[in-house]
Amino acid sequence: MNPMNVIIIGAGTAGCEAAYRLAKAGFTVELVEKECTPGGNLNNWFQLFPDRKQASALRQLLQQQVEHPSIRLHTDTVPVKIERQDARHYAMELDNGARLEGNALLVTTGFRTFDASRKEEYGYGIYENVITSVELENYFANRQILTSTGKRPERIGLIQCVGSRDEKMCNFHCSKVCCITAVKQAMELRELLPDAEILCFYMDMRMFGPGYEEMYREAQEKYNIKFVRGRLSEASENQAKQVVVKCEDTLVGKPMRMTLDLMVLMVGMEASDGSRWVAKELQLPLAPNGFIQPGDPHYATNRTAVEGVFVAGCATSPMNLTDTLTDARSAALAIGEFLNGNEHYN
Amino acid sequence: MYYDPFVLPFMIGLNILCIYLVVTYVRWIRSFSRADRHTILKNMISIKTLRACKEIFLESLVHHKIYRTSPFLGYMHMCFGLGWFLLIVVGKIESLVYHTSLFNPPYFAIFFRFFHPANEAFPHSNVFAFLMDLILLMILSGLALAWFKRLYSRLLGMKRTTRHRPFDRLILTVLWLIFPVRFLAESFTSGSRGGGSFLTHSAGEFFASFLPVESLSYPMWWVYSSVLGIFFLLLPFSRYMHIPTEMVYIFLKNWGVKQGRKFTAISKFQLYACSRCGICIDQCQLGSSLGLTTTQPVYFLKKIRHHEDYSQEIDNCLMCGRCENACPVDLHLNLLRLSQRKDYTHITKNTYTYIPAPRIPKARVAYFAGCMGHLTPGVIRAMRQLFEKAGIEYTFIDEQNGICCGRPMMLSGNYNAASIVVERNRTAILNSGAEILVTSCPICYTTFKENYHLNLKIMHHTEYIAQLISQGLLHPHASELRTVFHNPCELGRGNGICESPMQVLQAVSRPVPTKYDGKKSLCCGGSLANLHITPTQRSRLSEDALNAYLSYHPDVLVTACPLCKKTFAKNHHTVPIKDIAEIVAENC
Repeated sequence: MNPMNVIIIGAGTAGCEAAYRLAKAGFTVELVEKECTPGGNLNNWFQLFPDRKQASALRQLLQQQVEHPSIRLHTDTVPVKIERQDARHYAMELDNGARLEGNALLVTTGFRTFDASRKEEYGYGIYENVITSVELENYFANRQILTSTGKRPERIGLIQCVGSRDEKMCNFHCSKVCCITAVKQAMELRELLPDAEILCFYMDMRMFGPGYEEMYREAQEKYNIKFVRGRLSEASENQAKQVVVKCEDTLVGKPMRMTLDLMVLMVGMEASDGSRWVAKELQLPLAPNGFIQPGDPHYATNRTAVEGVFVAGCATSPMNLTDTLTDARSAALAIGEFLNGNEHYN
Repeated sequence: MYYDPFVLPFMIGLNILCIYLVVTYVRWIRSFSRADRHTILKNMISIKTLRACKEIFLESLVHHKIYRTSPFLGYMHMCFGLGWFLLIVVGKIESLVYHTSLFNPPYFAIFFRFFHPANEAFPHSNVFAFLMDLILLMILSGLALAWFKRLYSRLLGMKRTTRHRPFDRLILTVLWLIFPVRFLAESFTSGSRGGGSFLTHSAGEFFASFLPVESLSYPMWWVYSSVLGIFFLLLPFSRYMHIPTEMVYIFLKNWGVKQGRKFTAISKFQLYACSRCGICIDQCQLGSSLGLTTTQPVYFLKKIRHHEDYSQEIDNCLMCGRCENACPVDLHLNLLRLSQRKDYTHITKNTYTYIPAPRIPKARVAYFAGCMGHLTPGVIRAMRQLFEKAGIEYTFIDEQNGICCGRPMMLSGNYNAASIVVERNRTAILNSGAEILVTSCPICYTTFKENYHLNLKIMHHTEYIAQLISQGLLHPHASELRTVFHNPCELGRGNGICESPMQVLQAVSRPVPTKYDGKKSLCCGGSLANLHITPTQRSRLSEDALNAYLSYHPDVLVTACPLCKKTFAKNHHTVPIKDIAEIVAENC
């Protein structure tokens, strides 16, 4: 008898990890990825929190794993049609003409980072020295931080909650990882720019993971990062192409105004276009924040309302890497139980 | 002397109604401010009175504004208004020709067919009989449409029709009975005694063929008189109070009495002049996008009038003015809503002392971006480029320490707090010594025009850019972009600026006409005035509005308000949303 086959959409962290675990459990896997290489959003990162490990190390590990003989990787292609014949039979057409068949479907379509130009008051795309946290990772990879005029920045501001927890954008959810990312990036900035003033504008610092709170404290005590509780109201640009920001320091209760040489927007997570497409194609219900709604928030985090269709990673909600990897393994387990007909929870 | 006891119900009803109306209106008019009364007296004997008469003819009788909504609906209202009016007037003339005395009792004309022996001819009696039948037929056809509208409102151009109180439904039934009963009374009389014309005469013969019309006609006149009497008695307590009130309101309006921000006697006239036609219901995006069905002006005014709880409706309005624009009675619906909002903040002169008074360089042209302008730096950048290209020296009033124009506070009812902000800004603007004040924000524009009392030319940047182009100071080249223009509520409907944006867009792009052009534009959902709906509801509203515009497949959706731009841009979409200044700057 042929081994049973699982189709996975998205070869990011969750997709790769789940594919490897399923392959090891004796299933064959069709892994579909829209980019040329697997890795997803991890490919844009330089260092990871909380241990400051190189992101490339994890990336290489994931890429090695998907070389498993039971995994067939389809890169640079996206599905154009998904057919669900019954709970255990799926056919998928790809835009390169290939047709895949499987006995279960795993959606690992991840997230997209918030398009900062939608929050026009921060001037992204208009002011030269406003960048996003994703672009800053790129700067770190090149080990060089310069302003648009080629100077070493003397004052840098990191702006939290850009596109997260923002009623006006109707993104009510917390993207979870930006707080700790800002702490990590502020430390990396300090290492490259020992004399610069580094400020972080926040609403709350949500240090939920192991070692995060310690890192936050270290950032204040050892790295001399200033944390200002207050949300930016607006930004403008002066003649020297510096960013002039207005905000209220809500702990002091005073409005403040300052000039930044570089402003970094900590962009949040939104449901990816891929998630939205798959959800529409398979009629998966979406949570109010646009992410795919899991079957149950406790017992069936990897199942969806459609039997045989599973979900893992940031397609369901914002997660850090640790949780994404755990969620992918959990999904592999759930799919295995489903295909072997010994599900525990109904 | 023509008299019969059956006229009593009619006469009692009519007299009581007249006394009630006179007493009520006199009481209201007496509560006008001294200034208002003075204005009335000054304008009473002037061309304005004639203008009011013309408006009464066009609106109260012909209902010509309703024709804009739907010709069917207009015809229906005209049948009742103009029809009934003609029935009274032609009937009166007919009775005069017959009786030759001006002082025949009022019931004589109304019940003419009863009192006039059919065999007695008088000059043109056939013509009159024909005319009266024709008018009655017209009213009956309107009535048939009204019945039809209750059943299938959509076919008459209204998606939704007003939900009425049981009492109003009772009087509606009475009203609908009046004309069929008159038709029956006249037909039965004609069937037994002759007379009438093509309608009542033929019907009379028809009824006589199978009914004892001889004995039915007299009771039918009793019924007709009673229905009229009951209608008159119920009228002051029903929505039909709008019939007399609208006419008085039209006079007062033409004589120059204005609705201010407080609820005054003129507000009372408006409250009672609302006919509850329900035309505002379809205009309201809170209804069409969010399914809210109690906040539309027709229901809001109804609740005020009948002392129901309307606290939620006070705050739940976008003040986009779409209802006001469509209102056939020309009521100031936004100001009426605003008049109910309470002043509640405790802002004093000292609240804003932490903001230093800005030092503004002098120039002939002053630019004010506004708070919303500062939230859309792209608009400010475009305006800077355009000023530079046109070689205009300008001073940027709120570049550094800008203060809000005050409108958000006014829209929430807080006029006292707003007046403090207004005073600070006004000083800054006057100190600049400018002759022209250009603003990017239609919200600021409205406030500058209405509340600042500035003795200088105030222009929205759309008007200013149009002027720069026509003066030859800007030379934009026409691009191939297909543009759809969303006219902001405060700019188009609020200030009537519909031409300038079109001129500008035609110069730089290929504008696509839509059914939302000019004053028919939609609200983007960003409204500062709504203090009730949630951000999620706002998003749904703006998504619906955006999709309505995008259904015309533009390359760019253009607007002229930073708030509209921000509101639309928060939705994740492939079509870019730009300010008109940005489009011009890109093509200069």
